[in-house]
Amino acid sequence: MDWIALWLSVRLAASTTLVLLAIGIPIAHWLVFSPRRWKVLVEAVVALPLVLPPTVLGFYVLMAIGPFSPVGRAYVRLVGHGLPFTFEGLLIASVLYSLPFAVQPFAAEFASVDRRLIEASWTLGVSRLATFWRVVIPLSVRGLVTGIVLSFAHTLGEFGVVLMVGGNLPGVTRTVSISIYDSVQSLDYAAASRTSLLLLIVSFVILVSTYSLQRTVWIKPRH
Amino acid sequence: MNVARVVSSAALLVALAAGGCSAKRETTARRGHVRVAAAADLNQALVAVIAGFGASHDVDVAVSYGSSGTFYAQLLNQAPFDLFLSADLHYPNELASRGLTLPQSEFTYAVGRLVLWAPAASPLAIDRDGFAALTGTSITHLAIANPEHAPYGRAAVAAMQSAGIYDRLRPKLVFGENVAQTMQFAQSGAADAAIVARSLTSAPNVKGTGREFEIPPAAYPRMDQGGVILRWAADPDAARALRGFLLSADGRAILERSGFALPER
Repeated sequence: MDWIALWLSVRLAASTTLVLLAIGIPIAHWLVFSPRRWKVLVEAVVALPLVLPPTVLGFYVLMAIGPFSPVGRAYVRLVGHGLPFTFEGLLIASVLYSLPFAVQPFAAEFASVDRRLIEASWTLGVSRLATFWRVVIPLSVRGLVTGIVLSFAHTLGEFGVVLMVGGNLPGVTRTVSISIYDSVQSLDYAAASRTSLLLLIVSFVILVSTYSLQRTVWIKPRH
Repeated sequence: MNVARVVSSAALLVALAAGGCSAKRETTARRGHVRVAAAADLNQALVAVIAGFGASHDVDVAVSYGSSGTFYAQLLNQAPFDLFLSADLHYPNELASRGLTLPQSEFTYAVGRLVLWAPAASPLAIDRDGFAALTGTSITHLAIANPEHAPYGRAAVAAMQSAGIYDRLRPKLVFGENVAQTMQFAQSGAADAAIVARSLTSAPNVKGTGREFEIPPAAYPRMDQGGVILRWAADPDAARALRGFLLSADGRAILERSGFALPER
């Protein structure tokens, strides 16, 4: 059993989810409430990872963070080492890869908040930002939880992108799906099925506990 | 997942080759048809082989490139291929001993050669200094194929060991899933250099884009590459014809031009 790879995947998924929470909420807010017509372009860009093969995304990320790109060179100047084959590089790729899984549930939930409640808050003199935090966000917990769980689960199962930009380094970029793939390649099917089973159970437990939480305790059903 | 990945990485490599391999997609319906599962190091060589083969045979050839280990696992489950061109002898022999191949269909078609390669933009004088160029502090990553399952990865480790630099380079190694992806790590600049197959750096679209050093064959175990015709081949005659061409003087000349060494006849 490759515990190092599993732990790495969990850390990567958790970090990705945190980043997506931080950048996903403002993006979703802008997509829902901005009057700009060209926001459909941003919407399409956000949804691209749903459609693009992970290898394409991984290939672009590798080119974009490599030393032949301005971004890659700037990062080397700033930090002293490059992004490819590092946890940070993998994190950037994962955030892009899971972006729609956070932004879309967030945005759908923001959009379904009763407009009259938001306007009532405004007429009571509460600022737009404060209204968002005190009215929209509390009414969107369900969508936020869905986005968080999907981002986490999606990153946990990430394969093609990691394969393209990772370099298969134990404890740094060898995630659990790569480790399973390696076991299969080395014809060690027993190890592959042990790790696969564990991943299956972990994923299932995460999803079941989320769905049951959503049904019962801290989120009151709407309507 | 594996098939999708093989297909998409093949598509990516076609895109990378940027028009240089229009022969790769020959769709005209012909008499014979061979479906080939080919090791990643054949990616460029087989294009030339198929062009030569097509000139003299009425056979349509469809190739999937991937790692030999992946194909082996798929072929154990009767993947729909007629001819398997592995990067080693182990996988074809294993398939034969399990009775999954046509009797006496095993053959050795090429011998792999290792080179050390760096992109032209790199400051490393690899062509002049060979491995000595890597031992400075300037390099951060050296890409090799994964030695756990890729024949070229194991050979790369052996070559570094015989040069006495493996322990020093080990912390800098990154692993490609197969030898073609390893090449891509170096081409993108993400890794400073790579130890790859000469058949990849000899490709027309790679030649001139980097500097290389040929690792002496004595530094690593000989990399015989073998193939088999699968028991469930739909068109065994067409598969035998392609095997015959690979082993013919014409086929061997193409393989040699493509960077392979040749097995004794």
